[in-house]
Amino acid sequence: MATPLIFAAMGGLLSERSGVMNIALEGLMLIGAFSAAAGAHYTGSPYLGLLIGAVAAGLTAIIHAVWCITLRGDQIVAGTALNLLGIGVPAFLLQRLFGTAGRSPAVDRLPSLTSGLNVLVPAAFLLAPLVFYFLFRTKPGLRVLAAGEHPRAAESVGVAVDRYRYACVIASGVLGGIGGAFLSIGDVSFFTTNMTNGRGFIALAAMVFGNWTPFGTLGAAIFFGAAQAVQIQAQATGVPVSKELIIALPYLLTLVALTGLVRNSTPPAGLGRHAAAD
Amino acid sequence: MLGGIGPALVSSVGAIAVALLVGAVVIVLSGDDPVVAYRALFRGAFGGVRPLSETLVAATPLVFGGLAFSLAYRAGMFNIGVEGQLVLGGLAAGWIGAQAFGLPRLLHLPLALAAALVVGGLWGALPGVLKARSGAHEVITTIMLNYLAARISAYAVGSNGPLKGSASLPATDPAQPSATLPRLVGDERVHAGILLALVAAGLLWYLLFRTTFGYRVRAVGLSRGAAAYAGIGWGRTITFAMLGSGMLAGLGGAAEVLGLQGRYYDRFSPGYGFTAIAIGLVGRNHPAGVVLAALVFGALNSGATAMQSAAGTSKELVQILQALVILAVAAFAAAGRLRLFAGRRVAGVGRRVPAGDRSAAVGMDPEIEARPQPPKV
Repeated sequence: MATPLIFAAMGGLLSERSGVMNIALEGLMLIGAFSAAAGAHYTGSPYLGLLIGAVAAGLTAIIHAVWCITLRGDQIVAGTALNLLGIGVPAFLLQRLFGTAGRSPAVDRLPSLTSGLNVLVPAAFLLAPLVFYFLFRTKPGLRVLAAGEHPRAAESVGVAVDRYRYACVIASGVLGGIGGAFLSIGDVSFFTTNMTNGRGFIALAAMVFGNWTPFGTLGAAIFFGAAQAVQIQAQATGVPVSKELIIALPYLLTLVALTGLVRNSTPPAGLGRHAAAD
Repeated sequence: MLGGIGPALVSSVGAIAVALLVGAVVIVLSGDDPVVAYRALFRGAFGGVRPLSETLVAATPLVFGGLAFSLAYRAGMFNIGVEGQLVLGGLAAGWIGAQAFGLPRLLHLPLALAAALVVGGLWGALPGVLKARSGAHEVITTIMLNYLAARISAYAVGSNGPLKGSASLPATDPAQPSATLPRLVGDERVHAGILLALVAAGLLWYLLFRTTFGYRVRAVGLSRGAAAYAGIGWGRTITFAMLGSGMLAGLGGAAEVLGLQGRYYDRFSPGYGFTAIAIGLVGRNHPAGVVLAALVFGALNSGATAMQSAAGTSKELVQILQALVILAVAAFAAAGRLRLFAGRRVAGVGRRVPAGDRSAAVGMDPEIEARPQPPKV
């Protein structure tokens, strides 16, 4: 349950750490989920489908990057538009390519390594240390952080802020797309309209709850994923847990975290700021 | 005041035109005839009493939502939570409307609407308070509150829910006749909600541009620092702006429930609150612009089905068109800021906000408000 959340949340983390708000994760996941299913359908290979899903979402993220970075448009406006595209484009293409409303034909799933776990599950758990190492132990990663904390200072010492931001936003698209692909060709073997069902926003919540750190985000994503899994188990076994309460838990916790009751919430200082002088 | 709308109108119309053009390319690429498709879309939206009625029906919640978004935006608050406020407002109105109080419409209907105002308003004020108190970013809190609202609705009218009606539906009981908004034209679905929406637009215009509170809202939105220097309380102002925003959204939910649906259904809103963001942006967060933008989007929605049956173009194209409109509006605004149209500049266009002062950038709409007007008290 946590795997798609981890991928998307790590994508959001990279984008926001570079200073670009990315509320478009939901739309990017949907594009990834659809493209992966369509890719697997046409190529016959779930691995190629995964690749196509990641690339398609990465390309979609370029729209976000152009609007936010080059045009200096409002990052939330652009994200909102992408989320609408994420619902509209797959629905439109489903109709066009497969002549169906709401659901794609069945495709091959990513093969399981062991009982139900495909290759993306361990990859998700490796992703957090990888992102941590990249951001805090490598030169490009530290430049990303500088771009996110104080873009003008970073610019003044020669960091090409916009280029790093482009890379991070595109990476967030790729990771969001993989998260979406996990849903369509990992979890099940078809795409349905709006199948992410708010996971892009939960991933965003995990990132906020994890205080914009890789391991915090990983923990929050696992926790939110577990909450979903518990809910499904509870329903299956008839344990009288209030379903509404459990579904609402990630959102409630995020609100609590944001209001500082748990600890201070510290987004990157340069979030939403532009580097170029006036 | 209206004199400043010209350039904004040009760029909004331009954005819609660009979106339709790109949409035409999409239609061609998918093997259909854009002329046939758009003609069918237009007929389905304006060609007769029924299409016109359906356009107004579709526009009604969008006017309320767009106004709600705009009021918050003017105060520098990005209210993504219109959806949740609208849902809970609709729930409150639907539940009060379903009670057999034995009241005349003159009392029952206002009571139901008032319930929507209170509940929607409080749900909207909450992110305002959170931001004022602890700086919690309203975009994140309102997204979370949207999900909470959806869960509350699912619980309230779900199986064994406290507000659930007697039918086996996830819904309240039907609204009493004394609590419904009357239909306006014979059997057509257009209802008095559109009139309420127009009144709300007029009131919001008055509030924003003719009252001290409106002046404070705009001052805070344009520059939090300058407003503070002038002695305007930021936290108070954004909280009240969000309260008003939530009230407008709640009223939109109530109009939909009491005017169109006849009872509150769980998930009655197909995302009006999110389309409302587009409406606010395309309408340049001016009440008149919002009404026009809502009519355009309403027409797109009501014409979509006709387009699908006449031209075979799937009606999901309309959602893509709406996303394209948002992107085009953002690009036009950026073009203005980046001075791509040098020489055709309106006073204030292209003036940059201090880098990084997002609170200023969010509320800034230089094309409509060149500079803050003195309060007219």
